[in-house]
Amino acid sequence: MERKLVVSSSPHLKSPEDIQSIMVDVLVALFPAALMAVLLFGYRALLTMVIAMLAAMITEAIILRKRNLFGDGSAAVTGLLLAMTLPPAPPWWVTVVGSAVAIAIGKQVFGGMGNNIFNPALVGRAVLAVSWAGHVAGDVWLRPAPFNFAADMVTEATPLVTRDASLTDLFIGTVSGSLGETSALALLLGGAWLYYRGHIDWRIPGSFVAAVFIIGIFDGGPAMGGLFHVLAGGVLLGAIFMATDMVTSPVTPAGKLIFGTGCAAVTMLIRLFGAPPEGVTFAILLMNGLTPLIDNLTLPKRFGEVKKRA
Amino acid sequence: MGIEVKECMSKRTFSGGVHPGYFKDLSSGKPVASARAPAQVIIPMHQNIGAPCDPVVQAGDEVKLGQKIGEPKGFVSAPIFASVSGKVMRVEPFNHPLGNPVLAVFIENDGLDTPDEGMQPHKPLEALSAKEIIQISKDAGMVGLGGATFPTHVKLSPPPEAGIDTVIINGAECEPFLTADHRQMLERADDVVYGLKGFMKALGAARGIIGIEDNKPDAVASMEKAVAAGKGDDDIVVYPLHTKYPQGAEKMLIKAVTGREVPPGALPMAVGVVNQNSGTAIALAEAIRLGKPLYERVVTVTGPGIRETANLLVRNGMLVKDLIAQCGGMTDDARKLILGGPMMGLAQPTDAVPVTKGVSGVLVLTGEFVSNLPIASCIKCGKCLDACPMNLLPNFIGSASEKAMIDLAEKYGAMDCFECGCCTYICPAKRPLVQWIRIAKGEIGARRK
Repeated sequence: MERKLVVSSSPHLKSPEDIQSIMVDVLVALFPAALMAVLLFGYRALLTMVIAMLAAMITEAIILRKRNLFGDGSAAVTGLLLAMTLPPAPPWWVTVVGSAVAIAIGKQVFGGMGNNIFNPALVGRAVLAVSWAGHVAGDVWLRPAPFNFAADMVTEATPLVTRDASLTDLFIGTVSGSLGETSALALLLGGAWLYYRGHIDWRIPGSFVAAVFIIGIFDGGPAMGGLFHVLAGGVLLGAIFMATDMVTSPVTPAGKLIFGTGCAAVTMLIRLFGAPPEGVTFAILLMNGLTPLIDNLTLPKRFGEVKKRA
Repeated sequence: MGIEVKECMSKRTFSGGVHPGYFKDLSSGKPVASARAPAQVIIPMHQNIGAPCDPVVQAGDEVKLGQKIGEPKGFVSAPIFASVSGKVMRVEPFNHPLGNPVLAVFIENDGLDTPDEGMQPHKPLEALSAKEIIQISKDAGMVGLGGATFPTHVKLSPPPEAGIDTVIINGAECEPFLTADHRQMLERADDVVYGLKGFMKALGAARGIIGIEDNKPDAVASMEKAVAAGKGDDDIVVYPLHTKYPQGAEKMLIKAVTGREVPPGALPMAVGVVNQNSGTAIALAEAIRLGKPLYERVVTVTGPGIRETANLLVRNGMLVKDLIAQCGGMTDDARKLILGGPMMGLAQPTDAVPVTKGVSGVLVLTGEFVSNLPIASCIKCGKCLDACPMNLLPNFIGSASEKAMIDLAEKYGAMDCFECGCCTYICPAKRPLVQWIRIAKGEIGARRK
C-alpha cells in the first residue's frame, strides 16, 4: 500500500485549548489590574511588573535551558502575579530575587509546571516578606496619584492598618496597598474573564470571599467589617488569582469549597489576631499544603453511585 | 424560526461532556444510496461482543444472498450471513477492524444477488408473540448497530424480575462527522417506529422514547410525524436532547430521557430500561417485514480526506478500500483512517479491512487533525473532571496508570470509565488520559480473573 496511515488511540479530535492559551487568558485577565496599577502608581508600577515578568521568564529559561522566553506562558504569569503582591516601587533587585525564587524554589525544584505544591508567586512573596521585610512591608506603600505618571513618592499606611477608607475608594482602588490589589473593580473584571473562559470555578473565590465577609461582620458589622475586609488588602487578588491557581488548589467540587473557606479562615485569623496586618499570602500557602489531602477526602460520587431507580 | 427555538430549548441532558465541532454538514445532506457490491467480500466470523461464529461453509461452496455462513458458538453471539451470492473461495484469517486477524469467509460475487430461500416475510408485528420477535432478531443475526455490536436477542431477553418498562431508541448520534442514523431517521422513520414497537412488544415495555440531539431538528420532526402517523395504544414520544458529546452513550441517554442513573457496573436493565440504536430498529423492521438478515448496514463515509462524502448501504465484508474508491478515493493529504466516529472510533493501519456489523462510519482525516503534541505534566486544571460524564477523576486515574499504580487507578474509578474520550479531548496538557485508563482497565480486569 502506497499511503502511510497514522494509527493512534482515540479520541482523534482534540480541543484547541492548551496550557499556553490558558496562560495568555490569565495575562489578559490581569490586564485591568495592571492598567489600574499604572494609572494609580505611575511608571514605577509598570517597571516593577516588567522586571518581575522578565526575571521570572529568564530564570525559567536558564533552568530549563530553553531559548523560547515565553514558553507556555506560566513564568510570565508567575512574574506578573508576584509583582501584583509587591509594593508599587520596591528596589529592582528585590523584585528580581522574588521572581527568581518564585520560579526556582517555588516551581522548578518540584519538577516544574504542574508539579509544584505551593503557589510559586506566593512563595516568592513569602521569601521576600521574611527576608527583606523593610522593602516589602511597613513604610513602603505609595499614596495613589491617579493619572500622574511620575508623581513624587509619598508613602502612607494601608487601609488595613488605618481602618480609614471609604468603600467606594476601596472598590475603585484609590487607596494605598500592593501594586495590583487595590482595585476591586479591576480584579473582578479579570475574574469575570477567567470565569467566562472556563478557567476558574466559582467555588474557591466564592467560598473565600463569602467566609471573609461573614467573619468580617464580627469585626465592625456588615459594611465596615464584612465588606471592608473583602475589599481591603489582598483578599480579592488572592481569591480570584492566587487561590484559584490550578496546580496548587483542589480539583474536586467539595474540596474547592473547603479550600476557599480555609483560606478565608486563616487570612482572618492572621488579620484579627496575628502580628502582621495582612495574612492572605500565608493563608493560601498553608492551604496549598493541604490540597492533596483535601482532594483525597472529597472524591466525588461516581455516576449512579448513590441514586437508584427514580 | 421555530427550529432554532427548539434547538436552544432542549434541557434534556446529563452532566459533564464536551462540545467538539459537529462536522456533520459534510454528509448530512446526502441521502442513503446503495454502494455497488464489490467483486469479493471478506466476511469475518466474529462481528459482535461475545462469542465468535464457526464458519458453516467451505471453499468451493456456492452461497446465496442472505444464507447463513457463520453459526454462533454461544448464547451471547449472533449468526453471520453471506452479503452476496457467489462462490466461497477460501476460509482463512484476515484483517479485522478491532486489530487482530480473525477467521473470515472470502466470497467471490457472481453479481446475481440470488436470494436465499429462507428470506421470507414473517407475520405482521400484531400477530407475533414476544418470543417470536426475539427469535426473529436472533435468526437475523441482529446486533446493536450503534457500534457496540451487543447481540440484540440477548438484550431482548432480560430476567423477568428486571421489570423493563421503557425502550429508548438512540438517535442521538453524538459522534461528530457521522450522519448514518440522521439520514435513516429522515428517510425511514416509519421503520424506526415499527422496530421500536417490536422491541416494546418483545420486552413488554409500555413506554417508548426516541432521543435525538437537537442539532438534527429535521430528524426530530420526521420522527414526530412517524410516531403520530403510527399512533396506537402505545405510549411513544420523541425527545430532542441537548447536543453534547457523549449524549448517545447508553447511561447518559437514559439519564437524559428518564432521569434514572444506572449504577456502576450495572446494565441499563437495572433501571428498567433497554436501549436500541435507531438503525437496529430498522433492522428489526426489515427482519420482520422482509425476513432479511443483517448482511448490510448504512455507513457514513466522510471526513476532509474523502473526495465525495456519502451515506451508503454497504454489504457486510466489503473492503474499506473498495468503499473509499467508490467515494472518489482519499485526498492526497489524507493521513488517518478511522472506523467509527472521531471520538471513539478505531484508527486503522490499512484500508484492506472489511466493513463489519459494528462499522458506523469510515472517517478519513487530514494532517491538521493528526497532531502529535508533546505531553505536558498534569496542571490539575480539573477540566477533565468537569467533562467526565461518569463523574470520575480522569487526571488521577491517568497519572496513577502512567506510574503503573494500578490499585490507585482502581480506587479512583478506572473500571467505571467507558472510554468516551472527553477527558483526552479537553486536556490542555494534551495528556492521553483515556489511553492510560484503558491500560489500567486491562490490568485490573486481568487481576480479577
